[in-house]
This record gives sequence, C-alpha cells and structure tokens, in this order.
Amino acid sequence: MKEHYQLAVIGAGPAGLAAATMAAEQGIDVAVFDEQAAPGGQIYRAMESIPQHRARKLGDEYQRGRKLVNAFRASGAEYFAETAVWSLNERREIGLLQQGQARMLTADQVVIASGAFERPVPFPGWTLPGVMNAGAGQILFKAHGIVPQNGVVLAGSGPLLLLLAWQYLHAGVSVKALLDVTPMKNHLYALPGLPRALLAGHYITKGMQYKSDLKRAGISTLHNIRMLRARGKDALKSVSFVHNGRKQSLETAVLLVHFGVIPQTQLGRIAGCRHLWDESQLCWRPQLDEWGRTSVNGILVAGDGGGIGGARTAEHAGRLAALQVLYALGVLDRTARQRLARKDRKWMREESHIRPFLEAFFRISEDLLQVEDDDTLVCRCEEVSAGQIRAAVADGHGDSNQVKFITRCGMGPCQGRQCAEAVSHIVAAASGKAVQDIGHYRQRPPVNPLTLGQLAGLQSEEIE
Amino acid sequence: MFKRLDTPAQNRVNVTINGQPVQVSEGDTVAAAVLVHGLPSTRTTPVSGAPRAPFCLMGVCFECLMVIDGKANQRACMKLVREGMRIECQQGTGDLPP
Repeated sequence: MKEHYQLAVIGAGPAGLAAATMAAEQGIDVAVFDEQAAPGGQIYRAMESIPQHRARKLGDEYQRGRKLVNAFRASGAEYFAETAVWSLNERREIGLLQQGQARMLTADQVVIASGAFERPVPFPGWTLPGVMNAGAGQILFKAHGIVPQNGVVLAGSGPLLLLLAWQYLHAGVSVKALLDVTPMKNHLYALPGLPRALLAGHYITKGMQYKSDLKRAGISTLHNIRMLRARGKDALKSVSFVHNGRKQSLETAVLLVHFGVIPQTQLGRIAGCRHLWDESQLCWRPQLDEWGRTSVNGILVAGDGGGIGGARTAEHAGRLAALQVLYALGVLDRTARQRLARKDRKWMREESHIRPFLEAFFRISEDLLQVEDDDTLVCRCEEVSAGQIRAAVADGHGDSNQVKFITRCGMGPCQGRQCAEAVSHIVAAASGKAVQDIGHYRQRPPVNPLTLGQLAGLQSEEIE
Repeated sequence: MFKRLDTPAQNRVNVTINGQPVQVSEGDTVAAAVLVHGLPSTRTTPVSGAPRAPFCLMGVCFECLMVIDGKANQRACMKLVREGMRIECQQGTGDLPP
C-alpha cells in the first residue's frame, strides 16, 4: 500500500468497481478499500466463490456482477479487502484499518461508494433473536447457502422482499406468509408515476412474474398489514399483526423484515459534505452534481450512497464519477469527458424511469416511521424507547442531537446507524416540525470501531 | 433456526463456540457459522442484559458483537472463521471481568 494515490475508491460494490475499473484503465493509480473479503458489495456478494447451482437460483441479475468483478480484477486497480475506512476529511486524508493495523494515506480524488443499508424501522419486538433484516437472510443464502430451517415469515415493503420470497421458493424454503405493510393508498399515489415507469417495464414485468410464481406456489401474501409485532421472551416465537381489521398470529422462529434501503452517509458527513433530506426516498443523502461531486472539493459519491437508484444505476454513476476524476486529474479534457459520459447518462436516464413509481408505491407509512408504540426500543444499542424520545421532546429538546445528548440514543456501538432516521421522524412528529429541520446526528471519526491501542500505534509510526 | 442447503464443498475448519469444539465451513463468517450451529443468541446487552443475535449481517447494526479469540466487541458478521478460533458470546460490554 502506498502513502498516496491519485484516486481512492471506498467500497467495492457496483459503483466502486465501475469507477475503479474505468479510472485504472486510463492509467492512473487507483486504490480500492472494502470491508468485505471479496469484491461485489452486498448486491453481488461472494460473486467469485459461490457455486454455479446456487448462482442460478439467484436469478440473472446476480450474474451481471461477474462481468463487473472480472473487469475490475483485470483493470490494474489495487484492491485492499477486509480494510475499513474509519476517517476521511476535506484534505482527503483517509484513515484505514487493516489486519488490526491503523494507517493514514492521502488521495488527489476520493470516490465514496459505500452503498446503502436497509432502512431500520423499529417495531415492537424487533430486537428479539430470530428477527433479522431480509438483506441478512439474503446474505446467508447468497454467500453461505444457509436458509431458515423451519420456515420463515417475511414482512415489510419493497422489491427485495418479493425477490427474497421468490428465491426462497426456488430453494425449497417454506415461506409461511409475506406480510406487506405497504399502505393501500400508495397505489393511488404511485399512479402518476406509472406511465414513465412503463418505460422501464422489465422491472414491473419481473415483479409481476415473482408475484404470480408465489401465488401459484400457494404462498399467501397479505396486504395492508398493520400493527406488526414480534413476540417471544428471549427469542422470537410468533408474529402478530392486523389484517383486514382482524388480529392474527403466526408461529415462527425466523422473521425477516425489510422497509427499503437508504444511503450510508457516515463518510461523507465526517468529511463535511453537505447533506439534504430527500422527501421522495425518505432519507438523507449527500448533495451531488451530475458527476457525483459533493460540496467538498475532490470528494465524490457514486451509487446508492448518493441516493437510491439500484445496482445498474450505481454502475453508471461509478463510471461518471471516474470520468470526472480523470478530468480533474488532467487525463481527459472536457470534450472527452462529455463524449465518454454520453452512454452512461442515457442508460442512467432509462434506469431512473422506474424510481418515482417505486418510491411512491413502496413508501413506508407515517405510523411505522414515527414508531407509535411508546415501549418500542428505537436505539438498539443503548436501549432507548420511542416514549423516552418523545418525553425528551416534551421537555424541550427539539432536534436529533439534543435528544441524543439527553437520552444517549445513538451513542452506542452502531453510532446511530440504526436509530438516526427513526429519531428524526419521531422528533419531527412530536414537535410538529419537518424532518429536514430536525437534522441528523453529528457524526465524528472514527466511523468504524478502532481501539485506543490501534490509534496509538498509528501515532508512533508517524513520530518515527 | 437455520440450515445449510447443500453439503458444503468447502474445507472444514475447527473452532470452539462457547468452549465446545465445532467443525464449521471455511469461508463462513463467524455470524453465519454460529447461526447454522444453532446458537440462540450471540450477546447480552450492557444496559438490560437482554439477549441479542445478528440482525443485519453487513456490519452496520453491531448486534453480533462477540468475543473472538479473547477480544471483545468483534462484529461476528465481518470476520471469517479460522482454524483454532475461539468464539464466545459476549456478556454486556464484554471487557469487564464477570
């Protein structure tokens, strides 16, 4: 590992791989840092090592990752696996942790491609062992060939839930029920987006195909689910919910939930990049220009970390960011940059047709986002409940950071990753303000766990 | 709770889970290994002592903190199993003597 690179790419998912590949092919020195053991990100996880028969079960989209990973391997970009980035600042100094050794390096340009994670939506019982994210279920399946043993209940909203149900169906896993919390009124609100969405009709066709396959297999999908609750003492025993005004319960040891995905913004935040609230996607995201440039010079964001667009869009965004980097480094002139960007822009436009429809269709209801039940834990780490947060607001603490100071909400090991969004929504609702006025937790490095010993090890190296 | 779909083609690795010798699959994360082994929970919380288990499996929720080879607060979902690894449930903050 060198002390300086022309381009540092953080994350080896579709955006990071595409950005690094294009930049390295133009001859600049590129380093890619990623927490995982192998390239592919979450979407193409374990791409290089999973057996063919399992890859087939995952569908053709997954196969697309193979091309991306192969091109990256051949590109000449330096790749550092199992390497966590814990710091980034406006001088583009990057703090890394590799094999327990902390180190710093610098880069002329940085592309953050940290991707997305599943929107944490607190509901009663969501901290019980046996309740997991649908993405976690998919990771177990994709990377390890591990599936729920005695059936599974899926609950929430969004395309991933449907995809996972379909993948489980083909793997012979018993899906006891798919509990769809999408409010019925969404269908109406999504309607204006439908004509444009039909331009990207293959997504809708695929969704309908999954739905009809599930129906044919006798898997019951219950719509308009309310009052979702995971029950059990030390582990999940059952799931209760209200469907058509009737309370029901299903016994299950595994409940996988999904409420859409939101950008990972930690690195951009500690680097000082400006962020804004996206009302359509219901999430915070960095303010970006058409190339992915943030408000901080030399720092770009590509892929779902900049706003949710999906894996294909991430690939194009990664290449556009690389073109901008090459332009900034003087490798490409303005004309070449524009010319090379044309194809990716066109593909990106086509991909984006589906988004407004999806966002309206799968929009999470206010009562879920605002965590109606007072006893539900919002901060899983420090065990702070929705009621405690509302009490803090009633005491006059009117934004995310004040609530954090007074309740410890967001001060645990996950550093607010799991509670920040919910706190924004709860405080906004309780104080009658807009979410963007509540703000997000202030984030500080290290954004990944680092021991004092590791930090001290870094310092002594510099003194020498 | 979980099972492996196919007989693993991977090499087996010897580890201990809470002191018990177990064979797991090479290439598995610690979290995947303990889930398929049937461990009901992987830690207790420092605040109320409630049991918790892996939630996101991608490094963002910090629910799967375990004591691995004597070191506390390791995200089990971000660590691959290795020969001779000692995997233990973490009690509370994990760094204080019981």
